Formats: sequence, C-alpha cells, structure tokens
Amino acid sequence: MLPKVLALVSIGRHPQSGRERRAEQDGRAVEMGLCLQERQLMHLSVAHAGNADSSVLRQYAGMGLSKLSVLAQQANEDVLSPLIDYVEAQQASMVLMGVRSEMGQSSGMLPYLLAERLGWPLLPRVAEIQSIEEGVAQVLLALPRGQRRLVSVALPFVATLDNAAKAPRQTAFGPGQRADIEVINTTSIADEVAAQWQFTPAKPRPKRMKVVKAKTAADRFKAATAKPVGGGGKVLKNETVEEKAQAIFDFLLEEKVIR
Amino acid sequence: MTEHEDILRRDPRAEWIARNRLHPLHQAMTQVSAVVRGPSGLIRKNPHQVGFIGPNGIKRIDRLAGNGQTATGAKRRSSAAQEVTLPLHQVVEPNAYIIVVPDMAGGRLTAQDKDILGLAHELAKQRKALNADENLAVVAVCFGESKEAQFDEAGVDRLIHLLSAEYEGFAPEKRLQALLQIESIYQPKHWLFPDSVHGGTDLALRLAVKLDERPAAQAWQVSIDTTTCRAASGSQDIQRETPRILMILEECGQAIDETRHEVLPLALEVESSVEVRLEDKGLIAVDPNAVPLAEAEFILSAGNGIHNWQQFHDCAALLGATEGASRVAVDDGYMPRMRQVGASGTWVTARVYVAVGISGAIQHMQGIGQCDKIVAINTDAGCDMVKRADLAVIADSEEVLAVLCRLAQQHTGKTLEQTETTSEVSHVA
Ligand SMILES: Cc1cc2nc3c(=O)[nH]c(=O)nc-3n(C[C@H](O)[C@H](O)[C@H](O)COP(=O)(O)OP(=O)(O)OC[C@H]3O[C@@H](n4cnc5c(N)ncnc54)[C@H](O)[C@@H]3O)c2cc1C
Repeated sequence: MLPKVLALVSIGRHPQSGRERRAEQDGRAVEMGLCLQERQLMHLSVAHAGNADSSVLRQYAGMGLSKLSVLAQQANEDVLSPLIDYVEAQQASMVLMGVRSEMGQSSGMLPYLLAERLGWPLLPRVAEIQSIEEGVAQVLLALPRGQRRLVSVALPFVATLDNAAKAPRQTAFGPGQRADIEVINTTSIADEVAAQWQFTPAKPRPKRMKVVKAKTAADRFKAATAKPVGGGGKVLKNETVEEKAQAIFDFLLEEKVIR
Repeated sequence: MTEHEDILRRDPRAEWIARNRLHPLHQAMTQVSAVVRGPSGLIRKNPHQVGFIGPNGIKRIDRLAGNGQTATGAKRRSSAAQEVTLPLHQVVEPNAYIIVVPDMAGGRLTAQDKDILGLAHELAKQRKALNADENLAVVAVCFGESKEAQFDEAGVDRLIHLLSAEYEGFAPEKRLQALLQIESIYQPKHWLFPDSVHGGTDLALRLAVKLDERPAAQAWQVSIDTTTCRAASGSQDIQRETPRILMILEECGQAIDETRHEVLPLALEVESSVEVRLEDKGLIAVDPNAVPLAEAEFILSAGNGIHNWQQFHDCAALLGATEGASRVAVDDGYMPRMRQVGASGTWVTARVYVAVGISGAIQHMQGIGQCDKIVAINTDAGCDMVKRADLAVIADSEEVLAVLCRLAQQHTGKTLEQTETTSEVSHVA
C-alpha cells in the first residue's frame, strides 16, 4: 500500500476581480500530489474545510480527482481541530498546502499549527519533491532569487508550497462536475479571538518619500543636485593583471557569490 | 564660546591709535592688519598698510591674511567635511527588551531589517512615555556569520550573536530553540520579524506556535496598542490589539539615522538538545541564466568594452553568474534584449554586479541603483562606473576575464564542459 498524501485546498481570490477562484498555491499542492501519484510514490486525497457548495471545489476536482472531501464548516470557524482529526483518520503521511490563504486572515499559521499538533516537521516553501525512498523524501525548497536548497526529511511531514512549484494543470469542467464531493460533518468551534478584530477594505499604504535631513541650504542643494557617488571604492591601477583578477576573485569569494 | 566671538566689540583705544599716526604704538597696531573697523562699524582698509616687507626686501601682500584665520565660510566648509559623530543612545541596565530577528540576507542588515529596528525604537519610545521606569533595550538576534559593520547606526542596543556553524544555512529547528531560550531568559515585550521570504516569516510562525500566541502577519501600522495587518491577499486590513509577535512588511518604520547605539553583546548559552528532523543538504546549483535577471544575485554584465564574446559567456558560466548587458551590447546584437540592464531594460537587484567594459551612462546606472556591491573592469579610470564601484580594476577586459576564468576553474576544479552539463541537469530538475 502506498503512503497517503493529503492536499488541503481553500477558496482563492482573484487579485483583480476579487472573485472566488482556485487558489494559486493550493492548486500547486494538488498538482504536486497528482504528480506523486502518477510517479507511483504516494496516493493522493484532497480535502477542503468550509462550505461544500462552493463552485471552486469543482475546479480543483476538474484537475483529475474522482473524489474531494469537505469538512463542513461555517466561515470564521476554527478549522484546526477538524483537520487534525481528518488527517489522523486518513492516516496520511504527508500534508501539502499553500503558504497563506488568499481569503480570510492569511496569517499563514495553519500549516504550523497542524505540524505542531501532529508532531510532524514542517517544510516551508517547497518547490519540488525529488524522490521518496524508504520513507525519506528529498525536497527542494524555493529560496529568494531563484535559488534552491535540498533538504531531506523522513515521512510524515507537512509542507507548504511556493509559487516556484510546478503550475497546476488546467481543470476540465465536465469531470469536475461529475466528481464526488463527500461532506463530512464536524463539530465547529468559533474563533472568538478573531471575532473581536475589525476587518476593513485595505487602505492604500503611504509611499515612502525621500526625506533630506539637511541643516543648511547648501546641504539641501547638494542633496538635490549631486550625482549618487559611491566614493571610497578601491581602484587597482598599477598592479599586474594577475593581481587585479585575484582581487576581484577574492572579493567575489568574500561576498559568497562563488561557491 | 563661539557666540561671544561673533559679537563685534569696538575697541576705542585701538581705533584712536590707528587714527593717530604719531602714536608710538601706531606702527605695531596697524601692521597686524590693514583692515580696521571704522567708527560706524564699516570695514576700512588702508591701502598703504597692506602687506609686509619680505626677507629679500620686496613687499609681499598676503591676500589670505586675516581671511585664512577668521573667514567664517572657510570654517563652515571644514566642519561640513568632518565626519559627524552621532550622539550615542545608551541603555543602562535594561529591564525590558524588544527582540528583533533580522533576516541578514547575504550577511548584512537589509533595508527591511533596518526599518524594523527603527520601528522597535519607536515602540520603545511609546512604552517609555507610558512607563518611565522601563529601560527598554532593542536586541537583535543574529544567526551565523555576519558581515554587518554598522549595527550601531542601525539601532542595535544589544546583540545576541549566535556564531556557531549549526545555525548556518537552513536550520529552523536550531534557531527556534535559541529563540525559545531567549524567550525564557529575557521575556521580551515584543518579537519583531521581517515578513519576508528570507526566513523571517517561517521563524516567526514557528515561534508563535510554540508560545501559543496569535501573531500579526503582514503588519504595516504598529503602535503599542493597535496593529493593522494586511489580510486576504492584500485586499483587507485587520485592526487588532498589538500582539507580542509581529511580522512586519517592508517600509513600515523609519530606519534609525540620528543616533548611534551601543551594540553590547548579550551572552546566550544554548543547550543543543533539539532533535533535527530537517536535514540541510545545501544549496543546489541552478542554471544562473534561468534565474530572472531582476532577481539574480550575481550578475556579470557586458558592455561595449567586450571584444571576445565567447570568453565572456564562458566566464559567466564558470563563475556561475547571470549574464547582463548594456544597451550598446544589445543594440550591436551580441546579447538578447532581455539581458539589457538599465532604464529601458531591467532594473536589477543583484548583491554583486560586475560591469565589464561599461562606461556607466546614467541610463545604465539607474538600472543598478539597488545593487549592493559593484565591481568595474574598465580601461578608463575616469569613467562613471569606476567612480561608483566598490572595487575597480583598470585593465583590458579580455586579459582580466582570462585570468578570472582560470581562477574559477582552479577554485571549483571543474572545466567548462562539466559546468555546462551540471547546469543543464539542475535546470531540468
Ligand atoms: C533613452 C535612452 C535609454 C537608454 N537606456 C539604456 C539602458 O537601459 N541600458 C543601458 O545600458 N544603456 C541605455 N542607454 C544608453 C546609454 O546612454 C549608453 O549609451 C550605454 O549605456 C553605453 O554602453 P556601454 O557602457 O556598454 O558603452 P560605452 O559607453 O561605449 O562604454 C564602453 C566602456 O568600455 C571601456 N572599454 C573599451 N575597451 C575596453 C577593453 N578592452 N577593456 C575594458 N574596458 C574597455 C571603455 O573605457 C568604456 O568605459 C540609453 C540611452 C538613451 C538615450
């Protein structure tokens, strides 16, 4: 029996129109799960905690899922404990999800809370799972500036997906409509802390201005007109070419851009 | 002192002596200076008295006389040239702490880190206004090796520097353990993290879960009682009470620029008992040219001063640098348009930018404004790129690149064919 991977999906928000959509990173989680399934490494199941009537769930299902489970929840309810129960009931050994939800609080806490409660390690911003052999996965993490880091971790674990992961495949409408959406009733716990917070439409953030703290008119004039000059840079002129190149190479090594 | 010097004081006796050529002191007084302040306060010059007789009997006029010493303009100029030493902000025997965990991407404080340190001092000021007994110190926690030399000007009162190699690279579990230890010893009032992909968010969330707190993510307006955070992919704001753990967006504080701080080390003994389940296998070689130019960390950029293009491409491959180009190199057809750096090309953010044979036209300089370190290779010592560069080499590009290629080969022990194949493999992977 193959180990189970569980992809948790949420309802996304289109950045321009604000309409509900398949969330970017959750779609990638499903895609990664499907790839693992196609590589015969794991068996995928997909779950959503929330409203079972949302049409977005059909978009996820249209990626080629025959079944999608929904833990029935109202908005503003704490999804953590039903999810933990579900993960344990499913005996999953990997949970994939997005870094931050596109709706609601978007604090990014859920994967960390899940991992903590399950006692599993968490991998942030995964780009790719290279291999799973004897219960140990080789995972590529996405770092800023397009860099990648290889981390090995034993199953089970929770992973959040970076946008650098493989883009989700297209969804097909018909199969999505035909997919079976299984509703699981759960006990619900209201999130009382967040109920006290005020949610308002986002205000534009003030742009930062360049403030010149000059005391005299001459300084202000200089700040307004002077070309930005680095100054104080080292200039090598009379050395041999070898020395000059060596100086550059040492500089690059010191800055750790050459490995 | 200086205020008194500025006040003009008349000396009636000296004036009288200056008027009276028969006075025995007249010669001595007037020789000091031919300039005298007249009775109405105007400056009077006696042209006959200007100058002195030099050693070989010739009259000399020192036009600096008087000016050289007293001219206020000269004084002001010299004071402007001096390095201003900022006043030192001291925290004696702190009894409360705000802890900032900067990203230190590339071993230095990022602009976001500095803003957050500024914000920490803002919070400290607000707390001080409420409770004057509180001696609050802003502590920075720095993991691994650091190249930062200006912690003091960034506003670090105390520094916890965990140098050991186990914190280098990807070590969230070790780092978390250290933070938990800090929590138990110092009981900080706030934990401030940059909300960034460099690991600030990750560490903050790990800590929040352990401490069972509800952190503020994507916070952008913070005071001691309320915090505003972005939510729902930037479409909503949440207003809430300020929690202990905050993840702060970019440009949400004013970096410190008017004080220096002590940067006293705080010791921290960390017992290394944590079970490490995430094993870091290190960075993977990625094809540098697959990295978007705007994001690339290390760019080797070619201009009109490159004549051997094959050598340039080889050098970039050996050094593992992303290729860039000036507009001339692109217009001449040696490089594709997507490689152009500058006003009408890409604005790059590289940490290290090596400009080979680029003169540094303003349109090009605009594109590299955000780069940290600039290296110039040019035959012209007077060009603008050399003036801007942190390290400039005045030599022929072809010769320098040849030696650089050789050094890179020696360093990695790889030949060109090998680097090309590995980069292809990692690109596919
Ligand atoms: C509207 C507008 C937009 C523009 N936008 C851009 C832009 O986005 N990006 C951009 O780059 N330019 C832009 N330009 C062009 C810009 O003004 C300059 O013309 C261009 O940047 C110069 O490129 P360069 O430094 O490679 O060439 P040059 O100015 O010819 O400089 C060549 C340099 O190489 C040195 N050199 C020569 N031979 C050697 C050698 N053997 N070894 C070492 N050094 C040598 C020379 O000393 C010289 O400093 C724009 C111009 C305009 C008008």
